[in-house]
Amino acid sequence: MDMTQAIILTIMTAATPLLLAAIGELVVERSGVLNLGVEGMMIMGAVAAFAIAQITGSAGLGAIGGLIAGMLFSLLFGFLTLTLVANQVATGLALTILGLGLSGMIGEAFIGLPGLKLAAIEIPVLADIPFIGRLLFNQDPIFYMSIIAVIGVNWFLFKSRAGLRLRAIGDSHSSAHALGVKVVRTRYLAVMFGGACAGLAGAHLSIVYTPQWVENMTAGRGWIALALVVFASWRPTRVLAGAYLFGAVSIGQLHAQALGVGIPSQFLSALPYLATIAVLVIISLNRRMTLINTPASLGKSFVPER
Amino acid sequence: MENLPTETPLLETRGLTKMFGSLRACDAIDLSIAPGEVHALLGENGAGKSTLVKMLFGVLDPSEGEILWKGKPVKIGSPGEARATGVGMVFQHFSLFEALTVAENIALALDGNIGIDQISEEAGRLSQEYGLPLDPSAHVADLSVGERQRIEIVRALLQNPELIILDEPTSVLTPQEADKLFETLAKLQSEGRSVLYISHRLEEVQRICDRATVLRHGKVTGDCDPRQETPSSLAQMMVGGEVAEISGAGLGEPGEVLIEVNKLSAPSRSPFAVALRDIDLSVRAGEVVAIAGVAGNGQSELFDVLSGEDKVGDADAIKIRGQSVGGKGITERRLMGCGFVPEERHGHAAVTDLPLTANLVLSRHASDRSTFLSGGPIGLINTGAVAIAAKRISEVMDVRKSGEDPAAGSLSGGNLQKFIVGRELDRQPVVLVVNQPTWGVDAGAASRIRQALIDLAKSGSAVVVISQDLDEVFEIASRIAVINEGRLSEPEPAKTMTRERIGLLMGGFHDGTGHAHAEAIYAH
Repeated sequence: MDMTQAIILTIMTAATPLLLAAIGELVVERSGVLNLGVEGMMIMGAVAAFAIAQITGSAGLGAIGGLIAGMLFSLLFGFLTLTLVANQVATGLALTILGLGLSGMIGEAFIGLPGLKLAAIEIPVLADIPFIGRLLFNQDPIFYMSIIAVIGVNWFLFKSRAGLRLRAIGDSHSSAHALGVKVVRTRYLAVMFGGACAGLAGAHLSIVYTPQWVENMTAGRGWIALALVVFASWRPTRVLAGAYLFGAVSIGQLHAQALGVGIPSQFLSALPYLATIAVLVIISLNRRMTLINTPASLGKSFVPER
Repeated sequence: MENLPTETPLLETRGLTKMFGSLRACDAIDLSIAPGEVHALLGENGAGKSTLVKMLFGVLDPSEGEILWKGKPVKIGSPGEARATGVGMVFQHFSLFEALTVAENIALALDGNIGIDQISEEAGRLSQEYGLPLDPSAHVADLSVGERQRIEIVRALLQNPELIILDEPTSVLTPQEADKLFETLAKLQSEGRSVLYISHRLEEVQRICDRATVLRHGKVTGDCDPRQETPSSLAQMMVGGEVAEISGAGLGEPGEVLIEVNKLSAPSRSPFAVALRDIDLSVRAGEVVAIAGVAGNGQSELFDVLSGEDKVGDADAIKIRGQSVGGKGITERRLMGCGFVPEERHGHAAVTDLPLTANLVLSRHASDRSTFLSGGPIGLINTGAVAIAAKRISEVMDVRKSGEDPAAGSLSGGNLQKFIVGRELDRQPVVLVVNQPTWGVDAGAASRIRQALIDLAKSGSAVVVISQDLDEVFEIASRIAVINEGRLSEPEPAKTMTRERIGLLMGGFHDGTGHAHAEAIYAH
């Protein structure tokens, strides 16, 4: 493997958790729910994946455990905001704080243990394509799932009838209700999908990216995922571009720091954020398209009149 | 009930009741709609019409009573069940999704998994057949109100319903668009479908409906053939008591120009807003100028630049009493003696969670600083003085409220509107600009507000009323202008203006005759 391939590979590894968490949150927000608890769901996924992998000795079971942990944690959010109609912003923030604390407690026993790494799956034939074969078709299963999620969500939202209903709920939940669309049920499913994606993104961190458990190991990636969704104006393909751009600049600035470029390291550390925001803002300059894509009832609670 | 239909009614309700807490929004409603009949449901705002049809369409659950479809009791638990039964509905506040296309909006209302392309095709065919032209791939956000209504109608028709419910369909249409709608309704009737037509416009109901059920305060107060009734007998059933006549007598010769708009243009603030183009308007002391137009043609944008909520680059574009104020904000304009009443009561004209006194201070803290505030720069509120002013306003405008100083949001729409208009009138403004003064207000409150506006003009102020209600426009205006796609027509004397001409102007047909009329009134 040459140097270029190695760098691209690290970029893909850095981008995968962001992409997964963001694509999940995109579906949640398209349904009109603002779940600020992405960071909390991710860290719960990370600790659950690590712990289950340790206990069962299987990284695969760990990944599944991370996914389920994120989904269960999102159900708590769903119950509070959709059934009990609590404020979404406050509940989301609380979910993050709870997740960081709870994961620290669960992870106490696993600090310093060497972790299991999820093995890469080589796809026959395709992996033999020169250069890109090894990059794209010899990866861990979570990477494949992140790409499938982007394609699947894009198809679901813009081609399927269920996706149309979900977008309709995000645009106006009361109109959707008047048409007989099941608002609360759809939102529960969306929130659970978002939780599953965030959980899997967290699992990627603790059993693929750096196979170990460190407290607060998500390090703000949940928040970046949230920002990506907004700056990508709720379009899956733009989330993909944003996540990879962020990954590329993060890795690039690390190399730049290692090479000792004459730029303050603080500025280089901030560069991924600045570059991603700048590019996505430029993409979303078309205000009409942004407005059409913005879920109009985002963050608003829905209480059906009966 | 001399001409009781011999056949089984298509839809019948017996003792249908809906309670919201202790309020009986619908109280033991008996309604019977025959097959192939256009049936009117008449009543004022808040009479329970919308609640009743929401029960018929499965959006609300009845508290008591039953619904019979073709003689058999049915339970309509959801809009989907209503559609399956054979009921289609065109909502008053459109249940459309602005971010979606026409075809997507239609697809949402259909069950099953028919492809969007197929729906586009079918919708295109139906819209041609019923004379309702539509482009299936357009985004709803880009469509006019009339076009949006067509989507609703086509959407209802795609289900092939036997009963179509239309909730206040003409309130957003030009007279010409309304005529087209009536043609569509006649075609539906000729196909044997029934129509439940909800309205408070008597003239329309008499023109197109075979029977009418009248509601007041949630109860049925009349069941009649509207063609056998007079408008006043129908109004009697709707309102109960007599409604005070508005008197425009005593409006003298207009005096000096108090507010003047010259060649005002403003770009649209958002993709869904309207740009204002070359607006000219001058309003003199002692006259009421009404600006008619279909919603969404720049009314709120015009209001915002007149009030100073949006400033304009060219200071001379707006002059109040000869002073250029284009770049001045709302407080500065208020200090010059202006008053403004925006369209949206909740959230724009009043903070719903705050009491009336606090809302009074919020709008008049600058203009009535000496009375309402003390302590110099600290600005302590003189609660006593504010309470006296609030009490005075409530008495003059007959604001009915629970308690001495309730939250603005707890008042009914009509009473809150009386308070908001009264709040400005109380200052005797030299210039008053009002947007939709009686939107969603009952007839009693509306006539009171209209009379107050006329009285203000009589006392020598200039009044600008932006309104979609043509009855109101004709009732109070000295001159009438029409706004269409951000352009304002030359105001013409109300005496020579006709509904047909307003309808044409609403549709964007301008000609040069306006100038001649305007010169005539001032020469007179």
